[in-house]
Amino acid sequence: MSRLHVVSGKGGTGKTTVAAALALALATEGRRTLLVEVEGRQGIAQLFETEALPYEERKIAVGPASEGASRSDSVRGGGGRRAGEVHALAIDAERALLDYLQMFYKLGSAGRALKKLGAIDFATTIAPGLRDVLLTGKACEAVRRKDKQGRFVYDAVVMDAPPTGRITRFLNVNDEVAGLAKIGPIHNQAQAVMRVLKSPETAVHLVTLLEEMPVQETADGVAELRAAGLPVGGIVINMTRPALLDNGDLDLLAARGARAGVAKALSQAGLGGARRGGLADRLIDPLLEQAREHAERVELERAEYAELTAIGLPTYELELLPEGVDLAGLYQLARDLRKQGPI
Amino acid sequence: MTSDDTTLDASAPRLEVDALLDDPRTRIVVCCGSGGVGKTTTAAALGVRAAERGRKVVVLTIDPARRLAQSMGISELDNVPRRVKGVDEAAGGELHAMMLDMKRTFDEIVEGHADADRARAILENPFYQSLSAGFAGTQEYMAMEKLGQLRASDEWDLIVVDTPPSRSALDFLDAPKRLGSFLDGKFIRVLMAPAKVGGRAGMKFLNVGMSMMTGTLSKLMGGQLLRDVQTFVAAMDTMFGGFRTRADATYRLLQAPGTAFLVVAAPERDALREAAYFVERLAAEQMPLAGLVLNRVHGSGAAQLSAERALAAAETLGEGLTEEDGTGGVHTENNLEPTGIVDLDGGKDASGTAGGLSPAAADPVAAPTSASAAQLAAGLLRLHAERMQVLARERRTRDRFTALHPEVPVTEVAALPGDVHDLAGLRAIGDRLALDGTTTDPDTDD
Repeated sequence: MSRLHVVSGKGGTGKTTVAAALALALATEGRRTLLVEVEGRQGIAQLFETEALPYEERKIAVGPASEGASRSDSVRGGGGRRAGEVHALAIDAERALLDYLQMFYKLGSAGRALKKLGAIDFATTIAPGLRDVLLTGKACEAVRRKDKQGRFVYDAVVMDAPPTGRITRFLNVNDEVAGLAKIGPIHNQAQAVMRVLKSPETAVHLVTLLEEMPVQETADGVAELRAAGLPVGGIVINMTRPALLDNGDLDLLAARGARAGVAKALSQAGLGGARRGGLADRLIDPLLEQAREHAERVELERAEYAELTAIGLPTYELELLPEGVDLAGLYQLARDLRKQGPI
Repeated sequence: MTSDDTTLDASAPRLEVDALLDDPRTRIVVCCGSGGVGKTTTAAALGVRAAERGRKVVVLTIDPARRLAQSMGISELDNVPRRVKGVDEAAGGELHAMMLDMKRTFDEIVEGHADADRARAILENPFYQSLSAGFAGTQEYMAMEKLGQLRASDEWDLIVVDTPPSRSALDFLDAPKRLGSFLDGKFIRVLMAPAKVGGRAGMKFLNVGMSMMTGTLSKLMGGQLLRDVQTFVAAMDTMFGGFRTRADATYRLLQAPGTAFLVVAAPERDALREAAYFVERLAAEQMPLAGLVLNRVHGSGAAQLSAERALAAAETLGEGLTEEDGTGGVHTENNLEPTGIVDLDGGKDASGTAGGLSPAAADPVAAPTSASAAQLAAGLLRLHAERMQVLARERRTRDRFTALHPEVPVTEVAALPGDVHDLAGLRAIGDRLALDGTTTDPDTDD
């Protein structure tokens, strides 16, 4: 089973939300997950309704109790197992580089001198791919980290990664860097990171909506990831909405007398007079228009769904939360993910 | 048919898109916003509209959806504007479009600013090849560079720019400056000539730091990469000042009165939060903000019927159905049985699952139609309730933005059921952009 889950998706598809829900879902009893942010947006802090995350791993939530477990069991661990934990980390490339220099070279004040000169800025912003190596490197380090007893510190690491359009380049950059820096510690580091990223320990998941552009990007993204030899995990279809009416209903509505019947029904439900020009009658046209739009959308969504399943990867579905995603909603999504089997 | 129910609140001024596009003083329109909000489509729709209203327009897109690019005839990346066919040029306008080729733009700068030998040395340098192929900031920088070139050629009345899909909407303002300052910054000079710096009198302390540093760099990057960087930097030496100057010039161009920023957002919390940051940032940088384009706004022609009432009514209808029909649904096939709906009583006892046991209801003649009509009506009402909830949520999100920034003019673009990938679709978006408050427009199926 994968231990590094990289979550990507087109902008606006909710990849941060899905990454957070996945980290919660994986934090079953006794397990600890790390949710990692690499783009400096503080999206995780906003989702979990906490203050901005520092460059430091900290616990931000307990995993949702599994179905059937009693409250005292799961939260208190009264004699049983402790609740799952989600830790979070916002990786900052500049700090990661300084840490790295400190760890391997004991730079101390020279590190500060480098910073003053703009070398750190240079290295993390401009030097080809170094920034990405540092970000993925830190995540891989967390994946491999063990405690004194030799057990993994984190059972799973979930990364809220850059969007689909950049994900292959982001993950594969280590290969490029390894090619560019043919020897030396950067080369070695890049190689080590690449070994983790291309192993079955890693799974790249793509988040999409049932809309044309995100689905197209997902298909393209999967092809690119595969071509680069990166392990693709599953497709998460986010913000699905139930089909309240379909074309069959529309056909019924088109039938003779249906209009009058619906008007009568609306009137019986207390929405005004059913006669021509009555309140209920005036509702019909706008309601029918909404029904047509809805049916058109349902039809489009079916086509997009078919395209997604044709990619041949496991799919997971998360329903749209009508009131937007708050903490309670996030736990709801985590439970929904769990119900759909291991991801 | 309805004009007063979902139009914009008086608190937010309206963004007059046509006035902006028609004004000959408007020379550049920059569309910015977070990913997935429809920036590219908005930029293309503005381009079509401005051209059909008589202006000579070029649209610079960064990363368009394939079908949209095809519809505009710019599916190849050749880095020069192409005339878009199918645009109504009766008013004397023209539409050209291009897709940014970041590497080629960078190469062109190098070729334009260095002699042939030096240019070749740079273009062949592995470090340069990685840098130009798209690492942090390059795309943003090249978009701004291309904008500068298009503006300098003075060939177009109006340039519409779509901004790169950055991790944050603010990136593209910073990136050019960052790249510019790195390329002619202190650090690069140190890399290039560590000996020179260290050799100066009075710099002993620094000297120690320097040699320690270059030693470290060499260890860290590997000697070969450091050498690549050094040769690159040496070759680029004459161009450094140029980079800074160009970045500054583009920056000033963005502040000029002929430029109008449009912040694009969808009525969702995250997108509008980014939009608010952007508005604040533009103000801080003295960049001229024209307004907010709020895409994919939902409306309803039956907004007078609240979600609560619609749901309650649907429930009333549903109850009626459950009484008549154990399944709560309606099975027209059964109802339309030629034998009619006479003797179902026997069946009723036979099964609790009631697969198709329909209404042995009060009114045997009207029952089938009234039951199916009631079911349909309940469906329509539930659909309407969902729509009204979406509307309410979008309005709350939008109101939060207008409360923070009441001075920002807004235009709302009604949501379309599908994606746009032809000129007709772009025209329809353009109409919506200009009209505003069309969220109640009932005829979306044009």
